[in-house]
Amino acid sequence: MLDDKDRIFKNLYGYHDWGLEGARARGAWDGTKDILARGRDALINEMKASGQRGRGGAGFPTGLKWSFMPKESKDGRPSYLVINADESEPGTCKDREIMRHDPHLLVEGCLIAGFAMGASACYIYVRGEFIRERERLQAAVDQAYEAGLIGKNACGSGYDYDVYVHHGAGAYICGEETALLESLEGKKGQPRLKPPFPANVGLYGCPTTVNNVETIAQAPDIMRRGAAWFSSIGRQNNTGTKLYCISGHVNKPCNVEERMGIPLRELLEKHAGGVRGGWNNLLAVIPGGSSMPLVPAGADQADTLLMDFDGCRDKKSALGTAAVIVMDKSTDIIRAMARISYFYKHESCGQCTPCREGMGWMWRVLMRMAEGRAHKREIDMLMDVTKQIEGHTICAFGDGAAWPVQGLLRHFRPEIERRIDQYAANPHPEPVLVAAAE
Amino acid sequence: MSVRRLADPHLQPKEFAFTAENRAWAEQVIKRYPEGRQQSAVIPLLWRAQEQAGGWLPQKAMEHVADVLGMAKIRVLEVATFYTMFLLAPVGRQAHVQVCGTTPCRLRGADALFDVCARKIHPEPFHVSADGNFSWEEVECLGACVNAPMVLIWNDTYEDLTAESFEKVLDGFVNGKPAKPGPQIDRHFSAPVGGPNTLTDPSLYARSNGGGNTGAPLTDADAKKAGTPANVRETPAGQPST
Repeated sequence: MLDDKDRIFKNLYGYHDWGLEGARARGAWDGTKDILARGRDALINEMKASGQRGRGGAGFPTGLKWSFMPKESKDGRPSYLVINADESEPGTCKDREIMRHDPHLLVEGCLIAGFAMGASACYIYVRGEFIRERERLQAAVDQAYEAGLIGKNACGSGYDYDVYVHHGAGAYICGEETALLESLEGKKGQPRLKPPFPANVGLYGCPTTVNNVETIAQAPDIMRRGAAWFSSIGRQNNTGTKLYCISGHVNKPCNVEERMGIPLRELLEKHAGGVRGGWNNLLAVIPGGSSMPLVPAGADQADTLLMDFDGCRDKKSALGTAAVIVMDKSTDIIRAMARISYFYKHESCGQCTPCREGMGWMWRVLMRMAEGRAHKREIDMLMDVTKQIEGHTICAFGDGAAWPVQGLLRHFRPEIERRIDQYAANPHPEPVLVAAAE
Repeated sequence: MSVRRLADPHLQPKEFAFTAENRAWAEQVIKRYPEGRQQSAVIPLLWRAQEQAGGWLPQKAMEHVADVLGMAKIRVLEVATFYTMFLLAPVGRQAHVQVCGTTPCRLRGADALFDVCARKIHPEPFHVSADGNFSWEEVECLGACVNAPMVLIWNDTYEDLTAESFEKVLDGFVNGKPAKPGPQIDRHFSAPVGGPNTLTDPSLYARSNGGGNTGAPLTDADAKKAGTPANVRETPAGQPST
């Protein structure tokens, strides 16, 4: 188990003071001025050396992302740091804990990251549903202003830096970085075509970097304790610690910070009281939030799943946000996946046709398959449709909606066929519809 | 995508304008954004308008926000109909219940909560109950999956629910004994039931004086006054006056 001393989020459960005084007692805002004095390049290099990959889902190396920002403004445009706190991926509730229990780690991270990339201001985009969390974060920002830690001459470093808390109003798609920027500009949250990438043309047409809350909240500790400390935890290319959200059919669902690359079984049994009814009662697990394909139980599947970017990729899934959704054998797996499809149908922004039309189509077919009211050839047709959605939309939403369906078809095809047989074996007055007829 | 339309004309109030207090607050919010980018404030302003209008967003409120921000009305209508937390029809006076129905909550028994809503409030979502006190809707993931199943009522979440505890929460809005927000079982936020087995090393907190701001969520009842620092309150009291 990860040593308590190596944990970054020491107030994860909110047993201690979230305010400035409490955060300082736990080590936040310690020597921030000296960290800034190391200079921009040193900070970016430290981040690169730590090997930290973005905690928001895609796993892009953070230091590299920071280095894309222009060194100096040639045309007078300011640069912005935008924090993606629009945590909406089903299964994920890690950023919420940071914002309500350890907000100063995030505020300090905003200053360090903003300084490293030469940003003049930072906007934190909090999802609309996190109302109390937003209030808490705003309170922490106000405390930091009052103490002179941010604002004019932040931490006495001579650097002027503003942090603003902004919020959305309930749109999953605003977690996509360009949709988030659109929303922050006061428009509908519809993703932009890339290129140009936000590092060139982002918020208000200015160079912008968008980072996840957890990514940024880890930055101060990486700078204080050093890249070597961070990269000593976890595996090659998958370094550091990670907040895991364990939900679904476990005895004690919880959030916990653990090392990257921890085996799934160890994670569930040490921290979440194990799978309901024992490990052998496991049916399948979604390792990284609803957008990622499920991993079924089995010796070469969930039993040997390592919880990091490469470990999940080996099982044809992805770490995503490390939101572990556990399903035991009582689960109606087709209905569970159909509900995920409904989520994507509901949240599609409607901009690209394959996504707008495809989401509802997939949901309707899956609902029929859950009853068995389908034809077997529709299974291949459904697979074909997911492939036509994947990669054919402006943003990755289409991929994220297609993957869970592909995961279901890859691993649970016999179950779908069994239900179709079962339905066909019984007399029904209405003929079975064909998907294309809808 | 979901189809969202404005409420019927007979439900729409004839006029809407921010109170002086909210107007002053709006001026402060607009200053957060660069010169000429005041459109950025549209979501916070619509949110405040929704709170002032009693939990839903009338057409006149959208038009008022458009005037305040100097935006075309259609641009504000676009935003209000795109984001699903803007409610376009009147809701219950005491509580509008947003029940999370996404897979992680369903796995933990959210179905039972929908049965309670259908029985106690109205069989259909977005309908106000017979006494006018409640309304409900199914929403997508609210981001408290390790505390599933859960609901959001105004500004607070009620987590780790069962059908019985959910009924108690609902009753609390009318019988004057409101339930405490957060987990409705013996549990500390997102820590595992029975207490965590991590973060137990006392030396981590040796420098801490056990200080003031522990645990308690922000649930102060008084509305924030414009101009006061936001660490007092960011939004006015959630429950609209009747």
